[in-house]
Amino acid sequence: MSGVEPFGPKPQGFSYGRLGVYAVLVLASLFFLTPLWVMLMTSFKSMAEIRDGQILSWPRAFTFEAWPQAWWSACTGLTCDGVRVGFWNSIRILVPSVIFSIGLGALTGYAMTFYRVRGANLLFAIMLIGAFIPYQVFIYPMVRVFSIIGIYDSLTGIVVVHVIFGLPLMTLLFRNYYSSLPIELFNAGRVDGAGFLTIFRHVILPMSTPIIIVATILQVTGIWNDFILGLTFAGRENRPMTVLLNNIVNSTQGEAAYNVDMAATILTALVPLFVYFISGRWFVRGIAAGAVKG
Amino acid sequence: MSQPVGASARTQAAARWRRQAPAALALLPAAVIVVAIYIGAMIWTVRLAFSSSKMLPVFDFVGMQQFERLFATERFVASGWHILLFGVLFIAGALVLGFLLAVFIDQHVRLEGVFRTIFLYPYAMSFIVTGLAWQWFLHPELGLQKAVRDWGFTSFTFDWIVQPNLVMYTLVIAAIWQASGLVMAILLAGLRGVDAELWKAARIDAIPPWRVYLSIILPMLTPMLVTAAVLLAVAVAKLYDLVIAMTKGGPGISSEVPAKFIMDNFFERSNVGLGSAAAVVLLVTVVAIVAPWIYAEHLRPKRSGR
Repeated sequence: MSGVEPFGPKPQGFSYGRLGVYAVLVLASLFFLTPLWVMLMTSFKSMAEIRDGQILSWPRAFTFEAWPQAWWSACTGLTCDGVRVGFWNSIRILVPSVIFSIGLGALTGYAMTFYRVRGANLLFAIMLIGAFIPYQVFIYPMVRVFSIIGIYDSLTGIVVVHVIFGLPLMTLLFRNYYSSLPIELFNAGRVDGAGFLTIFRHVILPMSTPIIIVATILQVTGIWNDFILGLTFAGRENRPMTVLLNNIVNSTQGEAAYNVDMAATILTALVPLFVYFISGRWFVRGIAAGAVKG
Repeated sequence: MSQPVGASARTQAAARWRRQAPAALALLPAAVIVVAIYIGAMIWTVRLAFSSSKMLPVFDFVGMQQFERLFATERFVASGWHILLFGVLFIAGALVLGFLLAVFIDQHVRLEGVFRTIFLYPYAMSFIVTGLAWQWFLHPELGLQKAVRDWGFTSFTFDWIVQPNLVMYTLVIAAIWQASGLVMAILLAGLRGVDAELWKAARIDAIPPWRVYLSIILPMLTPMLVTAAVLLAVAVAKLYDLVIAMTKGGPGISSEVPAKFIMDNFFERSNVGLGSAAAVVLLVTVVAIVAPWIYAEHLRPKRSGR
């Protein structure tokens, strides 16, 4: 082959180069899959077998006993109710947080795109910068104010916090998406004499399905995976699953039950993994929309 | 004579206001959040950094005392070095690995979707899950080290997670595992945008593919690399969950990080002033890194488009 091959498919069949490419990809896959493999295998072993230390091997005696324990009776030191309490807390936090943050983001993005409200650009700029600043910069005054107005350590409190910290990304998503819509749509609605909310409800929202899907994926995974906000604002009664999981695994009381710990860890990862696997390319689009597009 | 003009201007302004008022009203919640939280809470924290607040906030003024104390606190200075080491290695590692993964996936491979799914799935999981998984995987007595030794490599040593001078590297590995799929996804989108003509031209000139990737395509991907680097840098500044789950800052203080230092001082050590001072240092660092990028990416007037 002289190096000139302008058209046609890539060379088929065997070559050492191709083999190298697949070798690298398979090796990389091993790196990414091994921790998941270890978690799964550990969760199917008995503690006696785990103490033998064959962390990578298939269970000699396959057992499911760790899974119901993780769900129903794993201990956090004081209580032994399993991660299910955290699962339901996370659901109760997740549903209103996702709905309200997307609703507010859509409304804000809509108002910023189609109306010239003075100061809107400044508002957007501050929001964007705020999105990059670590929570630690805001968290202490928020705790003080939340306890003064009585929503600290409550479900309301944690939902409000998620809406607040979700606002920049949600606004960015909807603002960018709406800027790509043809403005004629909006103008037509206005010529017909429709008002702000009517145009939003009947013209803009029906066209927003793709970006609402992207926003839902981002918020469901983001809020489910949150730890620091749930830890600080939700209170003992509403601890989300991540906080409960960490308390279970890193609790120093009693002997560590690694099989139960790993079953609980996988259970906690299940919701975002489920979203990831069913959403496929949408997940990637969410990353791209949130990160790359300006 | 000028009165009708003025009157019509006034009615126009009134009409304009009627049109804009609902939009302004709709922006009110966002405005309240921005003013109260993103500005208000931030100023409050800055203010507390100049006070002597211990368990409860007080509003006296002690000048730079908290900052002087901060930089004399071993735990904080150590956190600073840790996060610097972590940041450099994590960002470089995730960028290089993510770039390589994207390039290898871009070679018209079979099962591309499967590989992509495998490389990106850790990014869907929380840092808590990541940290707990790696904490167990690297367990010094029962983890990887034991398994490899039992295979016959009896002198194999990988107990970094309990070694004070090596523990940060285990956090780097876990974080790269979690985040390099993100870099891959961002760069793959860029690679797919490369013109096929470029490959034909390179082939005619007999330029080896690796040279094309390094000398032509890598520079073309610069904006995406910068975006990925900024996202990773933000994750560095926020690094907290992973440390809590994986090492709890130990052994000793050898994996303490600034975000954890601040939280500990706010909520456990009753040192609100000191924690606030540390938060201000973190804030200044982040703004210095991110502000130029935000300006270039989102706020600079675009040359085309509306």
